[in-house]
Amino acid sequence: MSFIDFHQVSKRFGDNVVLDDLSFGVANGERVTLIGPSGSGKTTILRMLMTLTKPDSGTIAIDDEYLWHERRGDELVPAGEAHTRKVRSRVTMVFQQFNLFPNMKVLRNITEAPVHVLGTPKDEAEARARDLLEMVGLQSKADFYPSQLSGGQQQRVAIARALAVEPDILLLDEVTSALDPEIAAEVLDVLRDVAKTSDVTMLLVTHAMRFARDVSNRVLMFNEGKIIEDAPPEQMFNEPQHERTRGFLRSVLEEV
Amino acid sequence: MSSAQLGLLLYGAWQTILLTLGGMALALVIAFPVGLARVSRNKFLRAVGFVYVELFRGAAVLVLAFWFVYALPSLGWQLEPAFAGILALGLNMGAYSSEVVRGAIQAVPPGQVEAATALNFTPSQGMRRVVLPQAVRAMIPSFGNNVIEQLKATAVVAVVSIPELTFNGQLIWSGNGRAAAVFGGLLIGYGIMALVFMTMVRLIERKVAWS
Amino acid sequence: MNFDWNYALDILPLLLDGLLTALIATVVGYVAALVLGLVFALARRSSKRWICLPVGFFVEFIRGTPLLIQLFFLFFVLPQLGLALSPLAAGIVGLGLHYATYTSEVYRAGIEGVPPGQWDAAVALHLPRRRVWTSVILPQAVPRSIPALTNYSIALFKDVPQLVAITVAEPFTVGRAIIAETFRPFEPITMAGLLYLAVALVLSYLGRIVERRYKGMATA
Repeated sequence: MSFIDFHQVSKRFGDNVVLDDLSFGVANGERVTLIGPSGSGKTTILRMLMTLTKPDSGTIAIDDEYLWHERRGDELVPAGEAHTRKVRSRVTMVFQQFNLFPNMKVLRNITEAPVHVLGTPKDEAEARARDLLEMVGLQSKADFYPSQLSGGQQQRVAIARALAVEPDILLLDEVTSALDPEIAAEVLDVLRDVAKTSDVTMLLVTHAMRFARDVSNRVLMFNEGKIIEDAPPEQMFNEPQHERTRGFLRSVLEEV
Repeated sequence: MSSAQLGLLLYGAWQTILLTLGGMALALVIAFPVGLARVSRNKFLRAVGFVYVELFRGAAVLVLAFWFVYALPSLGWQLEPAFAGILALGLNMGAYSSEVVRGAIQAVPPGQVEAATALNFTPSQGMRRVVLPQAVRAMIPSFGNNVIEQLKATAVVAVVSIPELTFNGQLIWSGNGRAAAVFGGLLIGYGIMALVFMTMVRLIERKVAWS
Repeated sequence: MNFDWNYALDILPLLLDGLLTALIATVVGYVAALVLGLVFALARRSSKRWICLPVGFFVEFIRGTPLLIQLFFLFFVLPQLGLALSPLAAGIVGLGLHYATYTSEVYRAGIEGVPPGQWDAAVALHLPRRRVWTSVILPQAVPRSIPALTNYSIALFKDVPQLVAITVAEPFTVGRAIIAETFRPFEPITMAGLLYLAVALVLSYLGRIVERRYKGMATA
């Protein structure tokens, strides 16, 4: 089994088939970009890994541990709360709408999970949070509320908050789609930095193709719930094999 | 107005304030568990919450007070009148306030719960640390309205002879027969108390604002 | 103590008569609240300060003070001014007036919910002011107010037991008269309470249906 392993995963919302018997794997430390038209199932992949959306059928495993199931003897049964939490603890996600906690100042947004989930001592968590804030260039904003920050700043705090739980797998769901292009650039710079300085496994859904080319070492093209092309970025962007991929890339590049 | 009458009115007003605060305190104690039960993943708890809200929203304060004071003694339960009043006020307002709790919890954006999951909070940690602190702030204005409604509702328990402001006003009226002065004065008195409560609620609202 | 079923059956017709009175008070009081509330809402939007200020103060004052004392005022003070109302009439006026202050807020929200473009369009078409209200604004504002207005019919019904204080022959008044003869309070009080509760539950069930239907229409 791969480090992240999707095996025959299907999902439908009503009549709409979002994922169709999908199998693929991601190796430890890989940076994978998921591209494709909207509604093709990319975000659903991330949400399933984060246990926010439940697959209808199939299995998902992280490092040989099933996320939605647990073994009982030879059988696979639906996982209990504790099992899911344990497996999930290696994953975290940055959202399109940031989802910072508006009732907490920036610093506490970052320390809340380390202190109360991982059990890190408070002063240690705060020192680490300040390091992370410095990394995203916001050390001066520790005592601000999220609503006092711009969208780009909020997203950078959200990245720091995600890194604070020391994930093995970082999911990035269209993290710059809600931002102006100029502001988006500063967020992407931070993520380039993260990619360079850590060995975290990354799955990202993005429309920022140049960024995808810079940070990822593999690109998956989704269409109608299936992966229709799987290639390194140079190949995917320079000489796509599939007609549908060529059409999609042409339409995205024209937009910019 | 004689000083005895003034004393009666002041004592009544004090009892009215105590009934308002006591009833509201009981309502809040009820509102959180019932409101949480209403949004629970557990079907049974949801059903219990639903039954409580329907039953005690349906049972008006006066209906409850009448029953506590005139019917319950036949079953061998003689309640202290002020206690019966607070019970009737609190049980009824508890149903309304638990709907406030439920509405505020459901109004917290789903992204907040998703972020809590992404940081691997347990569901109860997510509720306690992320959802409730945001929901409580949204509840405050509605709770403020509930306090005013509770103040108005306290007058009703005069009907079961609890000596609060309205009841004592009636006593004075039966003595001097000056209906316009007594009842007009009572209305103004309640208006002033409502104004004071409203001002206090606004101050609390400003205090809990975080940004 | 046992519940005396024979006694209960004997007094049930009397209590049901009381319930009928309570329902009459509800329906007439509610209609009054609907009409009067619209008048209040329009008056508060008036550009003439001598209309909107006093009406605004009156509405806030009535809404902020207890219905029970307003009932006392109507029933005991008005006769001194030469206007004696029967208990039921005083009760209906009190309920209608009190709830008009609530329905006027609903109308106000409904009126404010009409998009400003509608006013602009009415001006652009040179409609006279009265016409703007009757054919453009109110036909849009009133339907969107209906779910909230429905809820106030239920709230009004739940305040009807207070009419016991001015001797309207609703179930508790009837119950008290029965107790004065039989000295058995448990059955009459319990039954009167249950009658009120039962009607309130039915009304709240119907209210949910109305609300759901309107939500369905809004999304359709």
